[in-house]
Amino acid sequence: MSGLRVINPGVRSTIQDSGRRSYRKHGLAAGGALDIHAYNWANKLLDNPVNSACVEILLGGLEAEAETDMIIAVAGAAPRIRVNGNPADGWQTVQLHKGDTIAVDPARSGRITYLATPGGFDTATWFGSRSVVVREQIEGIEAIRKGDILSSADAIAEFKPRRVPVHFHGNYSDRLTLRLMPAAQHSLFHRDDLLKLTTSTYQVSNQSDRMGFRLEGPALEHVPPGIISEGIAMGSVQVPGDGKPIVLLNDCQTIGGYPKPGTIGALDAGRLAQRLPGQELEFCFVDVADIQNERVVFHRFFSETRWHTDGTNLIWL
Amino acid sequence: MKISAVSEDSVLITLADAISDTLPRRIARLCHRIEASSGDWLVDLVPSYTTLLVIYDPVRIDFRRVEAHLKSSLRKASETGADSASGDLSGQITHDIPVYYSPETGPDLEWIARNNSLSVDDVINYHSGGTYTVYAIGFAPGFGFMGQVDPTIAVPRKDTPRSRVPAGSVGIANRQTAVYPKASPGGWQLIGRSPVSLFDPVNLSLLNVGDLVRFHPITRQRFIELGGEL
Repeated sequence: MSGLRVINPGVRSTIQDSGRRSYRKHGLAAGGALDIHAYNWANKLLDNPVNSACVEILLGGLEAEAETDMIIAVAGAAPRIRVNGNPADGWQTVQLHKGDTIAVDPARSGRITYLATPGGFDTATWFGSRSVVVREQIEGIEAIRKGDILSSADAIAEFKPRRVPVHFHGNYSDRLTLRLMPAAQHSLFHRDDLLKLTTSTYQVSNQSDRMGFRLEGPALEHVPPGIISEGIAMGSVQVPGDGKPIVLLNDCQTIGGYPKPGTIGALDAGRLAQRLPGQELEFCFVDVADIQNERVVFHRFFSETRWHTDGTNLIWL
Repeated sequence: MKISAVSEDSVLITLADAISDTLPRRIARLCHRIEASSGDWLVDLVPSYTTLLVIYDPVRIDFRRVEAHLKSSLRKASETGADSASGDLSGQITHDIPVYYSPETGPDLEWIARNNSLSVDDVINYHSGGTYTVYAIGFAPGFGFMGQVDPTIAVPRKDTPRSRVPAGSVGIANRQTAVYPKASPGGWQLIGRSPVSLFDPVNLSLLNVGDLVRFHPITRQRFIELGGEL
């Protein structure tokens, strides 16, 4: 077996694909790549099937050595990586030769970088997915450790270089507006609190992880009481008794009893997941149809475009 | 009965406003019906006390079509009587879960007895005398929320959760009871421990929403024979 041998996993690196299907009734989280924008681009660079497993690198620090000639692709927070110490840009394919080392340094803005390989990383499948949910502490489902060998599903030694057009790169330093679909207990929230939610500035708290992002800012004052626990949609904004919103992400619990004024879409959830503690954001309400249309167009783009032979442009089929 | 969009890829079916013992079975039957009648647009189902969250693939189907499909499933369910409270009970699963009730494995057993003016044996008899409905699975893989315990032994959650509750611990919180599938932090009042595995990656969750559960007391020796760990 050959592939990338992990020298240092960094702050935290895990394997993620598009997540588990049909296991939430057993109490298992969905898991999956937090930022579907950067994740899909990492796979698109290599023409990978949409569900291919990538390394999700949190904050940076990952170092690895190629045990064979291989191709990788990088997309997300890291503006550049280092190959044998020499800088190479992110958002592109990178040719590695046997013995080359790569390092993904912490980014100045952004939190998550995806590293892809042809056909995806061929790691163990659990619950129909390669996604790793560390929080559940299920034996064998673990974060990447020093010494792990991450091998490609498809062995491709040579590949014509490609780079993601600059206007598609994620920008993680912009002030973020999270578009909230009114849902769930929206009607139970006090008018003043809904107004406060959409006219205040919130900051990403340092208590933010793959389960959810806590927000700091003006607390809602008339939070409705707890509800009978119900299934939680990813992107749900729940407001516990302290009045401070928590946006629930991929590793969140399957059911919960805190009231929720609404839900953000997967693309906005990805934008949020890329934000670092202290970064500012605000909420606005939108219609579910708008978010659904945007999401559909997003996935159509990846399935219905192909690369121009120059490797720097895409063409609709 | 209400169907509402919760996100760009999920809708919530609300079947009732209050918890009842017949509802989980109805929701479980609805799950089966939806699974059998849906195409590959169906991603996941999350049944809970009074609701069913349906997660779909927005690239394959939009909200209006999901809503129409679910309405038709719900209508058929009520026409065939599968939706009625009494309903047909075929496929109703009852689990018999052995529990070693003791202060050794249930550090709150004596406190509950004192607090509720009962003997320890009373607490054990009330708890093992009931038949419980699984209302929801959540909190952790395989963790089933069950009810209702006899009001005589109902106790609130602990003010400060324990940082570690051993796997198999059987607890009470208000009128619900549950078994911790694996060691985790937890705030339920503990009365005993079961040697039964509630979750494993191959067989998944032992309990499903709508199942019935009975507990029966076993001795320390039997607990160890069955693989229980003290």
